Amino acid sequence: MITIPTAHALVLAGVLFLLGLMGVIVRRNIIFILLGLEIMLNASGLAFIAAGFHWGRPDGQIMFLFILAMAAAEVSVGLALVLQLYHRIHTLDADQADKMRG
Amino acid sequence: MNVLFYIAAAVAVICTIMVITNYNAVHALLYLIVSLLSVALIFFLLGAPFAAALEVIVYAGAIMVLFVFVVMMLNPESQTIRSPKQLLHPWMWFGPAVPAAILLGELIYVLTAGSSTFPVNAGVGPHALSRTLFGPYVLGVELASILLMTGLVGAYHLARPEAFRAPEGDDR
Repeated sequence: MITIPTAHALVLAGVLFLLGLMGVIVRRNIIFILLGLEIMLNASGLAFIAAGFHWGRPDGQIMFLFILAMAAAEVSVGLALVLQLYHRIHTLDADQADKMRG
Repeated sequence: MNVLFYIAAAVAVICTIMVITNYNAVHALLYLIVSLLSVALIFFLLGAPFAAALEVIVYAGAIMVLFVFVVMMLNPESQTIRSPKQLLHPWMWFGPAVPAAILLGELIYVLTAGSSTFPVNAGVGPHALSRTLFGPYVLGVELASILLMTGLVGAYHLARPEAFRAPEGDDR
C-alpha cells in the first residue's frame, strides 16, 4: 500500500509553482510566459489533489476539474491575444509592447 | 512503493527546469509534456485516477496542441534558418526521451505489480467524484460552462482575421 506523506506532495507542488513563477518573471518571450502560467496552474491543481488525498475526500479532485476548465479557457484567450500581438508588433518579445509606457 | 513518487517528482522538477531554461519553444513544449505526464503519474499514486486521466487528455493533449499550433503559425525567424540536420541532432530528442522512458518503466511496473500493491479502487474513484460534482458543486459546473463559453467567444473574436487590421489612428 502506498503511504506518500502529504507534506512531500505539497512541497513538490510548491517547487513546481515557484519554477513556473520564475519562468513568468525571467522569460520575455510571451509564449514562455504563458507556459509558466500553465505550470503554476498545474502546480496548484497538484496541491488540491494532495489535500484531497490527505482527507480522502473528492473535493480536491473537483477543484482540480475547475482549475482544468479555467486553464483551458485562459490558454485559448491568451493564445488569441498572442496572435493579435504578433500581428501588431511583429515580435513575441513582451517588452516591445510598451505603447502605454507601462 | 514511495520511491515511485520520488522518481516521478524528480522527473517533473527536472523537466520543468528544462522548460523555463530552453530557448526553443517546441523543445520546451516537449519537456513540458513529459513534466505533465509525470504529474499525472503522481495523481495516480495519490489516489486520483480520474484526475490523472484528465491530466493526460486535457493538459498534455489539448492544451499543448494549442501551444504547438500557435508556435507553428508564428514560426519565429530563428527556427526557419536552421538546417534540418541541426534540428534532427540526436541530443534534441535524447533529452525528453530519457525521462519519458523512466516514466514508461514506472508505468509498466505499476501495471504489472498487480492489484494488491496498487488497488484501483483506492482513493476517490470517478463514481464518488461525479456524485459530489453534480450534487453540492453543480453551481460550479454551470459557472465553468459559462467560463468555457466566454473563452470560446473571446478567442474567436480576438483571433479572426479582420481584427488583425490596425484600427484608425494607430501609428504602428
